[in-house]
Amino acid sequence: MHKKMISIWFFIGALLTVYGVLIFGAGIYDLIVPGKHNVVLRELHAGVWWGALLIVVGLVYTIKFRPKKVDEPEKKDELK
Amino acid sequence: MQNSGALVSLNGVDIAIVAIYFLVVLGIGFYLKRFTKTGNDFFMAGREMTAWIAGLSFVAANLGALELMGWAASAYQYGILATHWYWIGAIPAMLFLAIIMMPFYYISKTHSVPGYLQLRFGDASRTLSALCFGFMTVLMSGINMYSMALVMKVVLGWDINFSIWVSSITVALYVFAGGLLSAIFNEVLQFMLIWLGALLVPIIGMIEAGGWGKMVAKIHENYQGDFTHLWRSIGSFSDNPMGIHWTGIVFGLGAIISMGYWTTDFLVVQRVLTAKDLRSAKMAPIIGAGFKMMVPLIVILPGLLGLAVMPGLVGESQAVVTAGAHSYNEVLPLMMARYLGPGLLGLGITALIAGFMSGMAGNVSAFATVWTYDIYKPLRKKQMSDAHFVKVGRWTTILGVLVSIGTAYLVMQFASIMDYVQALFSFFIAPLFGTVLLGMLWKRATSAGGFWGLLAGTASSIGMYAWVKIDPAALRIIALSPNAKAMAENMYRALWSCLICFAVTIIVSLFTKPKPESELNGLVRSCTVLPSEKHLKLVQRPIFWAGVVCAVFIALNVIFW
Repeated sequence: MHKKMISIWFFIGALLTVYGVLIFGAGIYDLIVPGKHNVVLRELHAGVWWGALLIVVGLVYTIKFRPKKVDEPEKKDELK
Repeated sequence: MQNSGALVSLNGVDIAIVAIYFLVVLGIGFYLKRFTKTGNDFFMAGREMTAWIAGLSFVAANLGALELMGWAASAYQYGILATHWYWIGAIPAMLFLAIIMMPFYYISKTHSVPGYLQLRFGDASRTLSALCFGFMTVLMSGINMYSMALVMKVVLGWDINFSIWVSSITVALYVFAGGLLSAIFNEVLQFMLIWLGALLVPIIGMIEAGGWGKMVAKIHENYQGDFTHLWRSIGSFSDNPMGIHWTGIVFGLGAIISMGYWTTDFLVVQRVLTAKDLRSAKMAPIIGAGFKMMVPLIVILPGLLGLAVMPGLVGESQAVVTAGAHSYNEVLPLMMARYLGPGLLGLGITALIAGFMSGMAGNVSAFATVWTYDIYKPLRKKQMSDAHFVKVGRWTTILGVLVSIGTAYLVMQFASIMDYVQALFSFFIAPLFGTVLLGMLWKRATSAGGFWGLLAGTASSIGMYAWVKIDPAALRIIALSPNAKAMAENMYRALWSCLICFAVTIIVSLFTKPKPESELNGLVRSCTVLPSEKHLKLVQRPIFWAGVVCAVFIALNVIFW
């Protein structure tokens, strides 16, 4: 891939992190202030642990594939 | 935009999740615009994709277009038999593409499947293939667009016009901006979202059902017949809910339809052609096959769980006339509404939208390539610049989306078109497989043989379809049984049309002059020296991983026999 292109995995990680925060937050809110949603097995609080899982996976991808500064050898390659 | 008749209702967090998804896919498209300057960038994503990205995009392009909802519904209707379309109806073909066919697509440096036909059989075969592909792709895209809008209306109560225009404009913008590169990157993103949005349904469903054994017991309590075995019930046409025999599954689906789709449909093959080298191009379909084998977890299992915990869903026609009844076509959103709370429901709906959009982007980007390189370029006598073709590709993207929107509205007026066009699509794929396979493996196949074989196969398939429509008794001859359902008829029609293509290609080739072997280097197996992989470690060789996937495939079929 192009050397200066941000990896798709970074975008995926960032999106999953944002989604994780939203879902985790909604799950916690539903835990504290039970709403009218009447889903089966609500007592599992799937939103809380699924949101937490998305945050962890998202952060791992975001950090591992974060954009880095182009180092010297790569700059030389591009000049070629 | 929303009405009270919807199956599910979204709250603020759910809507935010859907809205963020649209912003991100558009953002990626416009970010990638700066990297798509040349034709190679726009149409082939620079041929720089890793095996993982090409492989995931290869599967994601197929996951669109009602795949998730349609096969979950089929699982509710036919039971685990629907899994055949993911296992024997996909895995052998994907591995065959990787190991046998990919080297020739890749070494020939073709930009498309019609492009390969031009190199091997000449302009006539390329033109026939390109016109059929372009026509069918854009029509299918419109039909899928309409189907998606209909799903959004039923599930969320969204206005059909709103869904059609918002989704198609989004796809048009990001493919216009970043071409195939943008389509592929978004497909990988969409693939992740589909999994993460849909996976909770089978997880919570299995907890509710009490595990696989208890789920099977509940299905047997609710329904008569065998819904949980892959092979045991297909020894006879009348012993299974699909009305199919194992020969139709093995020879029609496994040997012809899936081989045709996965190895010659440019919509999926285009993704693999973007790989950065031959090894990555061979690994991409193998990686895709590994993930394809797991898709039944999020598609078939929810349908089976529906049979256990949500019995009583009926066919579409019955649901329309029965107050309060739901169709099994809605089983997946019903299961989502059953298990997914605030936030999670938004992610689940995003998974559905992502599935639809990845399929649509696949159609549009493949159409732009075939139109530009295989239809428009040969018509131009004058040599044009690379930038000119990029411009044509970008505007073809918009044109393709506009024609798709037109088709969507046409289907809205004449719903029966959907049946005909889906059948038309299948007419072309099976004979094309025969032509490409003989082209790659038999050096004696001639240009005339390739063209007439393809034409005869396509024409005979249309003829068989028309024959059964005019005289339903012909089903006994075409599908070998008067009990055969539409799916079984498709299997056998594909088988016969491919055999006719083979026969005509061979006979015409034997009476016409073949190309000299020197012109077949890189196009035909016996005339090409393939790069050796002996210097690679065992775990780096595609054939090793193909063997691993094959072993898992066999094990799964034995476990669920």
